[in-house]
Amino acid sequence: MNQRIYIVDTGIANLASVQAAVNRLGMTPRLTRDADVVDRCSRLILPGVGSFDAGMRSLRDCDLEVALRSRIERNLPTLAICLGMQMLCRESEESPKARGLGVIDGAITLFQSPRVPQLGWNFISSEPTGFFDPGYAYFANSYRLTAAPAGWETACTDYAGPFIAALRRGNIVACQFHPEISGDFGMSFLRKWSALTLQEGQPC
Amino acid sequence: MLTKRIIPCLDIKNNRVVKGVRFSNLRDCGNPVERAMLYQQQGADEIVILDVAATIEDRRARHETVAEIRAALSIPLTVGGGVASMADARELLTAGADKVSLNTAAVLTPDLINDVAQQFGRQCTVVAIDAVRSEAGWNLATHSGRKRTDINAVAWAQRVVERGAGEILLTSWDRDGSNSGYDLDLIEAIARAVSVPVIASGGAATPNDMVRAFEAGADAVLAASMFHDDVYTVQKVKSELQANGCEVRI
Repeated sequence: MNQRIYIVDTGIANLASVQAAVNRLGMTPRLTRDADVVDRCSRLILPGVGSFDAGMRSLRDCDLEVALRSRIERNLPTLAICLGMQMLCRESEESPKARGLGVIDGAITLFQSPRVPQLGWNFISSEPTGFFDPGYAYFANSYRLTAAPAGWETACTDYAGPFIAALRRGNIVACQFHPEISGDFGMSFLRKWSALTLQEGQPC
Repeated sequence: MLTKRIIPCLDIKNNRVVKGVRFSNLRDCGNPVERAMLYQQQGADEIVILDVAATIEDRRARHETVAEIRAALSIPLTVGGGVASMADARELLTAGADKVSLNTAAVLTPDLINDVAQQFGRQCTVVAIDAVRSEAGWNLATHSGRKRTDINAVAWAQRVVERGAGEILLTSWDRDGSNSGYDLDLIEAIARAVSVPVIASGGAATPNDMVRAFEAGADAVLAASMFHDDVYTVQKVKSELQANGCEVRI
């Protein structure tokens, strides 16, 4: 099996690390900014580092907002990483004027910690029978989601208070941490996401 | 709870890992890719690569080294040494770095810190500070320690954070390669002055040195000689840290 995984090329992410991780999964990473591909491809990763505003702007510049909402609506396997997860939310304190994709009903806020950004490995806890495994994952973020949105399975961790480490609804998975640089834990997380079955839509 | 990070540092020259004392008298410590992978297997939390030569030919080789390490490494990779422009930063990130570390160029062109932070985010922007003890505290050294400035290291740390640095890689020039422990006063002064994570570097010889660096306020510790010389594995260091009450990822 050498299945393709498309990675949204926002131009601001640590794309090389995401590509390397997909390669290690034994799959072929392809970068894309094409709305059609984003809308229809069988597996998509929405990575992202940098500011909320810049991230949303780059999605808008490539006309990807509608395509992203549409594929998520259709439950096509999608993984949103770090800023990618935040962009799925409604809004962020980081850029009050910018609107998020609104797929997750939540607002992103700044850590109330004397040390920001949070940089390093934090322990994730989850429901015993759920999709997420407990373990250490690597975080690099200043903002986070604190309230669990209705309809999503959650995994949590703590940095100056509890916050959401990851979310899942069907084939849609969003994580605040960086699985691509979270060692064996990250690889097994990616493998689990990539094994989610396609329920509809055509591979491209 | 966020764990304390143990970060092996690979100083690289001519595609080999090297290590010296106070940035001089470099000795060969092996192949960078092999070393990075060994440390990952041992449980390293990140890898830092610093290109100590950074001539034009070396830089090209460095990109290849970074790409080669990235392909195999599944933990964070920070790359620094001679990063002088946005183009340099972008090239390293494209090659596979997760963070870039600015040093001399940040002193010569402080706006570079703002530019990198705005484009790639604070979490991607590390500023390396080489501090030399002086009568009035610590001053900055630049150009791999060859040039001294009269800039106060603590004041500089605050300025780089205002400009967008998301992390400070703090090296004590006096302790570098000396095996005499971290400069705890320096760590305490900087960690107290800034709101971003501080990586302590320079002088580590034992896990106990690391315990003391964390007590002084460090969020992460960097070490080179003690790992390169196979005195300690990362694993061994972490179990000793854990026994001393430090929260580490095991």
